[in-house]
Amino acid sequence: MTPARRRLTFIGLGFLSLVVASTLALTAFEDNLVFFYSPTDINEKSIIADRPIRIGGLVKDGSIVKSNDGITVRFEVTDLKYSIPAIYKGPLPDLFKENQGVVAEGQLTEGIFRAKTILAKHDENYMPKEVAESLRKTGKWKGTGKN
Amino acid sequence: MHKFANPAQFTRLANRVLPWTSFFAAICFIFGLYFSIFASPPDYQQGETVRIMYVHVPAAWMSLFTYTLMAVASASFLIWKHSLADIAARALAPVGASFTAITLITGALWGQPMWGTWWVWDARLTSVLILFFLYLGYMTLVNAFEDSEKGSKAGAVLALIGFVNIPIIKFSVDWWNTLHQPASLSRLDAPAIDPSMLVPLLLMALGFKLFLITILIIRMRTTLIEKRLQAKQLLKSG
Repeated sequence: MTPARRRLTFIGLGFLSLVVASTLALTAFEDNLVFFYSPTDINEKSIIADRPIRIGGLVKDGSIVKSNDGITVRFEVTDLKYSIPAIYKGPLPDLFKENQGVVAEGQLTEGIFRAKTILAKHDENYMPKEVAESLRKTGKWKGTGKN
Repeated sequence: MHKFANPAQFTRLANRVLPWTSFFAAICFIFGLYFSIFASPPDYQQGETVRIMYVHVPAAWMSLFTYTLMAVASASFLIWKHSLADIAARALAPVGASFTAITLITGALWGQPMWGTWWVWDARLTSVLILFFLYLGYMTLVNAFEDSEKGSKAGAVLALIGFVNIPIIKFSVDWWNTLHQPASLSRLDAPAIDPSMLVPLLLMALGFKLFLITILIIRMRTTLIEKRLQAKQLLKSG
C-alpha cells in the first residue's frame, strides 16, 4: 500500500465511523430534535402535558373563532387525523389562516392548548396570485390558506 | 486532476478563466436582480416579501456548496498532500462564512414578517448556525499554529468532521418537524415554484456560483503570489 492509499483508507474509515456515530446519536435524540409535536404525537405518544411544549399542524378549516374582546382567538390545530382545540390572546402573524401551517407554543391543560406564542409556518409553494387561483379552479391543487 | 495541482498550470488556467467567470457573474447578477426586484410577480401569500428568497436561497445553497468544496479540498490535501488543495480550502472558508452570514441575516429578516419571529431553535436554523461556527472555527484553527503546515492539517481534519453537518442541514426539514419549510426545488409534483419566480431564482443562483469561482481564483492567485514573494525574500536574506 502506498502512503497516499493508506491515508485514503484511514480517512475513509474515520469518516464512516463518524457518520455511523452521528446517525445513532441523531436517532436517539429524535424526540428532542423536533421543533413541535403533531396532534397525533400528543394523542398517541405520551407527551408530558404539564410543561410548555410546541404543537404544530394546520389551522382546521372553519375553526377560527374570534372573541368579542378582539384579541382572543380560538382555533383547532389538526394534522387531519387528530385535532387539538387551542386558545390564544395576542397579535397574530399575517400568515395565520385556516388551512395554513401553524406552530403554537404553550401548555396543554384539560385538553385545551393555551398558546403563549403563535408562529405561522408557510409551505414550499411560491407562485403569483393568478396562478394559485387558476390551479384551485381547475382542481389541480387544493391549496393552503384562503385569501 | 493532478495536473492542476501544479501552481504554474493553475495560474495559467486561472488567468484564462477569470475574465469569463467575472463577466458572466456580472451579467447574471444584473438580469437576476432586475427580475427578482422588478420583473417577477409578488407571491400569492407572502406578497412582496417573497423577494428575499432570491438572495436567501442562493446564499444558502452556496453556503453548503462552498463547505463541500472545502471538505473535498481538505481531503485531497490530507491524502495527496497537494499544497494547492490547502490553499483552496483556506481561500474558500471566509467566502463560505460570508454566504452563511447572508443566509442567516436574510433568513431572520424573512422570518420576522412571515413566521412572526426572527429566530427559532429548530433543526434547520440551528444546523446552519453550526455551519457558520464551523467556518469560523476552521479559519481560527488554520491560523493558530506557528507552523502553517500544522494549521492546515488540523483545519483539514476539522473541515472533514464538520462535513457530517452538510447532509443534516439538507435533510433536517425532512427528518424532523421544523418551522422552516421543506425544499421547493427537489420536489417533482407541481406546484412548488412558478416559472416566473424560478427564472430569477436560478439566474441569481448561477450568479452566486460564478461569483464564488471568480473570488476563489482571485484569492488563490493572491496566495500563490504571496508565497512566491516570501520565498524570494528568504532567498535574498539567506
